[in-house]
Amino acid sequence: MSLYVLTMALMGMGIYALIAKRHIIKKIIGIVTMEYAINLFLILIGYRTDGIAPIQDSQISAVELAARAVDPLPQALVLTSIVIGLGTLALMASLAIKLYEKYKTFDMSEINRLRG
Amino acid sequence: MNLKELSQDESLGMTIIVKTIARLVMSFIILFGCYIILYGHITPGGGFAGGVIIAIAYVLMMLTFGGKVAMAKLDNFWASMWDNIGALAFVVLGFLGLTGGHFFLNFINHGTPGTLISAGIIPLANISIAIKVGAALYAIFIGLSVYGRLVTEEEK
Amino acid sequence: MIAIFHVLLGFMIIGSAVAIESRNMLSAVIAVGAVGFGVSLMFLFLGAPDIAITQVIVEVLSLIILIRATTYADNRSIEKKIDSFATITGLFFLGFFVMATVWAFRDITPFGEPLMTVSKRYLAGTAAETGAVNAVAGVILDYRAYDTLGEAMVLFTSVLGAFVILRRRGKKAIEEEDSEQFGILTD
Repeated sequence: MSLYVLTMALMGMGIYALIAKRHIIKKIIGIVTMEYAINLFLILIGYRTDGIAPIQDSQISAVELAARAVDPLPQALVLTSIVIGLGTLALMASLAIKLYEKYKTFDMSEINRLRG
Repeated sequence: MNLKELSQDESLGMTIIVKTIARLVMSFIILFGCYIILYGHITPGGGFAGGVIIAIAYVLMMLTFGGKVAMAKLDNFWASMWDNIGALAFVVLGFLGLTGGHFFLNFINHGTPGTLISAGIIPLANISIAIKVGAALYAIFIGLSVYGRLVTEEEK
Repeated sequence: MIAIFHVLLGFMIIGSAVAIESRNMLSAVIAVGAVGFGVSLMFLFLGAPDIAITQVIVEVLSLIILIRATTYADNRSIEKKIDSFATITGLFFLGFFVMATVWAFRDITPFGEPLMTVSKRYLAGTAAETGAVNAVAGVILDYRAYDTLGEAMVLFTSVLGAFVILRRRGKKAIEEEDSEQFGILTD
């Protein structure tokens, strides 16, 4: 239970960075931290104490694997989510570069004031 | 476009030590990526990790040798073409399952589990996903680093 | 084993605090890289080697992209005057979020005993029905292949969006030279 609360504290720090900071790269760092925290939380839900990885060698049977392995379903969803996070980061970085070229600053409150 | 001669050229890209090491290591990175893709149904790995590893090999070449050499090896037109080919191959594999019953049916013979050629459609889907992800990430990197600067040089 | 998890989570929280509060932007980005490697180590200890490999590789590439975006300008952060309204609101939401999770997680399954209502069938049938020994590969490419198709579409769209944003010249300037080239990029 304390592990869940610590993971959600990591996500809360990401939310704080997204709201309270003005530099656009700090906001991107906040979003990336939120993604790490959520993926970690999903894998923590599916963990079994003293469990083995869900790969069936030749020494183990299928029924025994179902009784001893960790949950493979959150792992499949998190695998997709990690690669989508990379695509999102590429899009955010290109937006930041374009904003810098137009307004010559990374400060979001200045950009809000200038308005083109 | 011989990489061995280009690594002796002092004015292109990074220093000579970095270029020689990158030239020697690139083929091993691609080999490791192919291993992770092909054995994706037996050991951990799969199409996504292997595709990103192959993209990292090309990004290494772009970082050490400069934008022009990397674009001569694989320019942005061919990067987006490989992206399209990978996505199309995955969808075609899905539609071919309609011959057996439903979409994405595993219709090839399964074989014995644990060997390299087994699990029907899964190695082919791994290969097409790897091509798609690798080409897409390399194309993003071209757009971020080389693309804007090339166009401004043409405008001058 | 639980002690290792607590130590790694503490390292990650300290690392992200350094990343968020640091003045030098380059050290903030490198601290994000350290947090990412800590996440990958934690995945390995939680019995998910597939995810650990993918997280390390994606971490390396996202560090390269972030450094490319950061060194576009000078290295310093811009916190000359402290925006008190935004800071207080941010801290309030952080505290509210943590309290809401403590209240909402009273009925969650205790750590170490997963429910596994569907996964029993996936684990028992992965060698017989799909032929793949790796259960995660069997799930993402045979039992749930639609999700992989959706992920391929999302990656395709994000590459398209990045190219549209980074286009250098406007539409009118390139229409004259557009005749012979074809493909996604037209300038």
